[in-house]
Amino acid sequence: MHVANSVKETGTTAAKLTRAQHLDLYYHMQLNRQLEDRMVRLFRQNKIVGGLYSSLGQEAVSVGTAYALEPKDWLAPMIRNIGALLVKGFKPRDIMTQHMAKYTSPTFGKDGTSHFGDLKVHHTISPISMLGDLIPVMTGVAMAGRYLGQNIVALTWIGDGGSSTGAFHEGLNFAASQRAPFVLVVENNQWAYSTPVARQVPVKNLADRAVAYGITSKITDGNDVLAVYGTTKEAVEECRAGHGPVLIEVKTHRMKGHAQHDPAEYVPKEMVEYWKARDPIARYEKFLTENKIWDAKTKSEIDSRIERELDEDQKFAEESPLPPPELAEQGVYCDGCHTIEADWQRSKDELTPPNCSVDAVWEVKSFGSLDPDADAEMKAAAPTKAPQQSSGNGAPHARSEKSSPKTPPKALANSPVKATAAAGDKDALETAAALRVPFGRGPKDRAFREERAQKEKEKTRRGKRGRR
Amino acid sequence: MAAITMLEGIRQAIFEEMDRDPAVVALGEDIGVYGGAFKVTEGLLARFGPERVIDAPISETAIVGAACGMGYLGLRPIVEMQFIDFIACCFNQVTNFAAKSHYRWGAPVPMVLRGPSGGGVHGGPFHSANPEMYFMHTPGLKIIYPSTAYDAKGLLKSAVRDNNPVLFFEHKYLYRRIKEEIPVEEYTVPIGKAAVRREGKDLTILSYAAMVHTSMEAAEMLAKEGIDAEVIDLRTLLPLDREAILVSVKKTSKLLIVHEDTRTGGIAGEIAALVCEGAFEDLDGPIARVTSLDTPVPYSPPLEERFLPNAEKVAAAARDLAKY
Repeated sequence: MHVANSVKETGTTAAKLTRAQHLDLYYHMQLNRQLEDRMVRLFRQNKIVGGLYSSLGQEAVSVGTAYALEPKDWLAPMIRNIGALLVKGFKPRDIMTQHMAKYTSPTFGKDGTSHFGDLKVHHTISPISMLGDLIPVMTGVAMAGRYLGQNIVALTWIGDGGSSTGAFHEGLNFAASQRAPFVLVVENNQWAYSTPVARQVPVKNLADRAVAYGITSKITDGNDVLAVYGTTKEAVEECRAGHGPVLIEVKTHRMKGHAQHDPAEYVPKEMVEYWKARDPIARYEKFLTENKIWDAKTKSEIDSRIERELDEDQKFAEESPLPPPELAEQGVYCDGCHTIEADWQRSKDELTPPNCSVDAVWEVKSFGSLDPDADAEMKAAAPTKAPQQSSGNGAPHARSEKSSPKTPPKALANSPVKATAAAGDKDALETAAALRVPFGRGPKDRAFREERAQKEKEKTRRGKRGRR
Repeated sequence: MAAITMLEGIRQAIFEEMDRDPAVVALGEDIGVYGGAFKVTEGLLARFGPERVIDAPISETAIVGAACGMGYLGLRPIVEMQFIDFIACCFNQVTNFAAKSHYRWGAPVPMVLRGPSGGGVHGGPFHSANPEMYFMHTPGLKIIYPSTAYDAKGLLKSAVRDNNPVLFFEHKYLYRRIKEEIPVEEYTVPIGKAAVRREGKDLTILSYAAMVHTSMEAAEMLAKEGIDAEVIDLRTLLPLDREAILVSVKKTSKLLIVHEDTRTGGIAGEIAALVCEGAFEDLDGPIARVTSLDTPVPYSPPLEERFLPNAEKVAAAARDLAKY
């Protein structure tokens, strides 16, 4: 059974990256910071229409986590995950035009900030402002990916604040019960707007919550991009191997207020200083220098490339038009403007009757007793020994094995359904017979009622008082 | 072909759509092994297996959220709310996430959210609701509320094939009480089209779901008194069939709206405004309405009877209107 609740620290040595990849991480973190820096200037010039949320000091989280994904994997960013969007292939102009409400933005001006996505190429799902909602959505993405045979992983982030929502619990519990290939990054930046984490939750580590869902969790230093990358990479691999979901808590700090309007005077000065000394980009620059991965020339080449790209994209964004007013009336419904087609990576035949059909039965593995001995007694009372152990991680890939009757069934850990036991496996057959109730036989079933009525009758005949 | 119940029509639609397209999956609470609280999904698991028929935890938000995610990857999930009252638990996912997705960023959510609704079965305040108007006010959703077995089957099939989040209300009073012969060959019923259930010339009774049957009963009573009522079944509430409403009102010049939903903020108000905008000159009397009371749905039979509209109440309102 795969329920490891280990909380482990991951050091900077975990990541095995090429020089180009090391530099790529720097490029994306610096691009993230410089892009936001420019947007702060644009905000002050009144060129940003709505709010502007800063991820200063959290760049390593966005970049390190997203970098651990493959292009086919899916992510859904939160407002402070602009770095992840850049890693996933979106351009600075996408983010600038979004904030400036331009017609050239990915949403044509219909929504702002990082509220955009792309289903076809970047596999990115747009967030909404209500926190926690992406957790069930990405659970669904992970489940659908598995169903379609894509072997993908879905990843999203939630803040320390958002971890208090109901959607967090419902989503993570569903993901856990489905063993979905889903990574949840709990980005603990110490502040939910003005409320410090200790006033929101009574647990020491937000990762501790994973225990309640029976899933693996990890804790990592959110200001160390290699640690974030390495931890996420491990989590992604675990998920891809069918051992998901995984919760990662990254410890970091929000260096600015909730948004531009918030001076964040509630944050103690010493706390800011503490985290400033741990700035993720300065730390990583030091790492690259000390390990001779780059020199001053390389750094200045990357920095000027960033400068050049941002100049170009800022020009594009500023010169872009606002949307035409009549656009407001369009696009409420999809009236055939989009084709919905799944990318099947497995045979549809497997999922079409009769191949997908099963003998649906109840399977009760534990009698739920408080006393473990009682469970054993009841099982002993049954005519056979304990049920066959199931395969563990429970990706629901069980099918009835009608085509190959000699093979024992592949059982599901989490599905109540088990394919019929094969004739060759006598023990399994007897166990199954002892423990299951045929499909459809509940108290409302006629045969069941009749049988029970018959028993009642016999009882009465023997002179015992009937229950009614 | 033998007559089938509305419940059977719904069941057939789900089976046929899942047979037709492996991208169609079903999820909900107790829909698999147990076959659903009302047994709508009975046998579904045995036929389509646990990958396509998913018994979910009691987490409406997670279920609808996951369905959105599945839709983004090209699946077409059919979600069951055990009772439609519980849709309140996932209000945010439905109204903020699913409904706005296509408008905001061009990502359609092809999801059907279906469940038993309506009163008359003494289900009490939390198992009898008609929550359609919460969603009527949410651009991006489609709302279907059928009144016959034929429509339920045909509309549900259309809903599954639609690219938008569709709320499909199934009046539980009608589940097993109405029977109808339906064609053997495959058919669908288009979303957004009302139906004329009874032609008449004196006044129009506009209704949907169980109240269509109540309205028909009232129309028969009125016919004996010499009042010839036309009965229109909306079938789809969103988008509303504006055309069909105006055509009938222009013909009869009098409009009575009957709905089982509560009065204030019910669909009657919206239709009245629509008729004033489009057919004011044609009206020969005030737009009238018969609705449930502005209270929660009470439990005890005499209370619920008082709460709900019935044929007598509809006929009485029609008689008053006919006098103009």
